[in-house]
Amino acid sequence: MPRKLLIQNVDVPGISSLETYRAHGGYASVEKALKTMRPEDVVEEVKKSGLRGRGGAGFPTGLKWSFLAKPEGVPRYLVCNADESEPGTFKDRFLMEKTPHSLVEGMITSAYALGVHTSYIYIRGEFFYVARILENAIKEAYAAGLLGKNILGTDFSLDCHVHVGAGAYICGEETALLESLEGKRGNPRIKPPFPAVAGLYGCPTVVNNVETIAAVAPIVNMGGDEYAKIGIGKSTGTKLISASGHINKPGVYEIELGLPVEEFIYGEEYCGGMRNGKKLKAVVAGGSSVPILPADLILKTANGEPRLMSYESLGDGGFQTGTMLGSGGFIVMNEDTSIVKNLFTFTRFYHHESCGQCSPCREGTGWMEKILQKFINGTAQESDVDLLWDVQGKIEGKTICPFGEAAAWPVAAAIRHFKDEFLEIARNKKFVDISHYEKLNGGLS
Amino acid sequence: MGAEIHGTQKFNESKRTEIKFSEEAMATAKLLMSNYPQGKEKSAIIPILHIAQAEFGGWLSPEAMDYVAEILNIRPIEVFEVASFYTMFHLKPVGKCVFEVCQTSSCWLNGAEDIVKHIEKKLGIRVGETTADGMFTLKVAECLGSCGTAPMLQCGASYHENLTFEKVDRLIADYRTENKQKNYTDLDYKNTL
Repeated sequence: MPRKLLIQNVDVPGISSLETYRAHGGYASVEKALKTMRPEDVVEEVKKSGLRGRGGAGFPTGLKWSFLAKPEGVPRYLVCNADESEPGTFKDRFLMEKTPHSLVEGMITSAYALGVHTSYIYIRGEFFYVARILENAIKEAYAAGLLGKNILGTDFSLDCHVHVGAGAYICGEETALLESLEGKRGNPRIKPPFPAVAGLYGCPTVVNNVETIAAVAPIVNMGGDEYAKIGIGKSTGTKLISASGHINKPGVYEIELGLPVEEFIYGEEYCGGMRNGKKLKAVVAGGSSVPILPADLILKTANGEPRLMSYESLGDGGFQTGTMLGSGGFIVMNEDTSIVKNLFTFTRFYHHESCGQCSPCREGTGWMEKILQKFINGTAQESDVDLLWDVQGKIEGKTICPFGEAAAWPVAAAIRHFKDEFLEIARNKKFVDISHYEKLNGGLS
Repeated sequence: MGAEIHGTQKFNESKRTEIKFSEEAMATAKLLMSNYPQGKEKSAIIPILHIAQAEFGGWLSPEAMDYVAEILNIRPIEVFEVASFYTMFHLKPVGKCVFEVCQTSSCWLNGAEDIVKHIEKKLGIRVGETTADGMFTLKVAECLGSCGTAPMLQCGASYHENLTFEKVDRLIADYRTENKQKNYTDLDYKNTL
C-alpha cells in the first residue's frame, strides 16, 4: 500500500471540521513543534526531509527557509501561494477543499519555524467557494486557540488571513503575488532582492505553495529523516498529481515519488488506463509549461529505462528527450488528439495571461498565437513552423520572470517531437480537429 | 477627480448618491482592511472590488471604482489599474448569470468547444454577448483549475463540472426559473466573514 501523508483522510466524513480533523491526529505537528522544539529545530527537520517546493520549481524548501533575513524589529511574513492556475493543475484546490485544516496546520507550524506572526493565504479569486471553506477552518482554529495570541498556551502568536485574488495566472509567480497582495497589478519584480530579504511590504517573506506547507506537518510528526526515506533519491516524500485528459479516472492522486509513469497511467489504483480503449499519444507531465512528450518517451527514457514520477527521472535527457515534474499537472492525450490544437490552447492561455511588462513575452505570446491560429485555419505555410521556433527562442530567458520560459517551452517541445503534424497541416492546407464532444462522450450521455 | 483619468464625464452628485455600499458591505470592507498592517490598507483593494462588483450590479463602473478609491483613501487611477488587470472584474455591464466556460487544454480535450457552441445556440448569443433579457452573459475563460472534471463552467461562486449538453440545458433552465431576482455574479462576500 503506497503511503499517503496529505490526503489520506479526505474520505472521512466531516474531515473539514476541526473536531474530526483533530480526532484523526490533526494539529499534532503544532503541539509537537510549539511545545517540544525550537524554531531552528523545525527548519532543520524540513532541511533533512529533502522537501522540494511543490508549486513547480522544486527548490529545496529548507534552503529557501534558511535564506529568510531576520533583522531586529522588522516583521517577517509567511505567504501561502494558493493561486493555483497552471493548466492541468488542481491538486491544491482539492487539498484545501477537502481538508482545509491540513493547510492551516502547516501554516502554524511553518510560521513558528520562521518566527512569523502574520501570515496570508493568497487564493485565486475563482476558487471563491474554497476560500470560504478556508475561512471557516481558520475561524475554528482561532476559537480553539490554535491561532491568535499565545497559541496552545505558549509564547507564540500568529494571525492568518485569507486573501482572495481576481483571476491572473501571473500571480502564481511569487513576486507578482506579493505585488497583488499589496493591492497592485500582478507585475513580477526584478530579482534580486528576493522575497526572503525584501518581500511583502519590503519585509523578509517566505512564499510557499499549498502542498509544500501542508507537507511540513507530516515532516515534523515523523521527523525529516523518516520522510526522506519515502520516495527515490533527491525526490523525497509524496506528491499530489492532478490527472486529467483522456483517462478513465481523472482526479488527484497522492503518489510516492518514484512511481513508474506506466503504472500511474495504466494502474487501477491511479488513472485506470486510457478511456474508450484508445492509444496513448502524448503526455504533459507537470502542467502546461513543461515540455510535452510522445508516448514512447514518457513511458521510457531515451536510454530505455522505465520513466519514473520523480524530479530526476522525468528530467532525464534534458529537454531533448525529457521533461519536468513541475506542478504535477498530468495531462494525458489519446491518439485522436491534435498536438497543434492543444498547443494553440496553451499559447492562447499564455497570451491572455502575460502581464505585459516585458516586450518579448507580451508581443511574442500574441505572435505565437497568431501563427498557431493560421494552422488551425489551414492557412499556414511550412515556413511558419520555423518562424514559430524562432519566436519562442526569442522569448525564453529574456523576461523578468519565468513566465517567458513557461510560454516558450511548450511550443518548442511540440515542434521538437511533433513537427510532422505541423508540416502536414501546412502542406495539405487543411486542419481537421477530431477531438470532439460526441466522439468522446458517445452521444449525449 | 477620477473623471479625467477614466476618460468619462465627471459624475454629478445626484448619481453619486446611488453609489454607496450597504452598511453590511461597508462593515465587511472595513473588516477586510483590518487584515493588513496599519498604512497598508490598500492591500484590501481586490477583495473590496469584489464587494463593489456585487453591490453595484455585477460590474465596475468608473463611479464604482472611484468610490472604492475613496474608501481606501487612494487615487482613482490606482483602482483602475488594478480593476483593469484582473480577469474577474467586469468593466462593462453583464447579465445576472455570467457563464465562463473554460477552454484551456484539458477542457478542450473533453469537448469544451462544443459546450460553448451549444450554449451559443441555446441562448442565441455569441461569446462576449448578453441575452436581451439581461439574464445571461457568455464568456470563455482560461484554465479555472478544474481539469479533472472537464468540461466545466463557472457562474459566480459556483463551479459546474463534468458538463454535458443535457446538464447545460438543465443549468440554463434552473437559473431562469429559480430566482430571476438574484444576481449570480455576487460572490456573497458578506456571508463569508
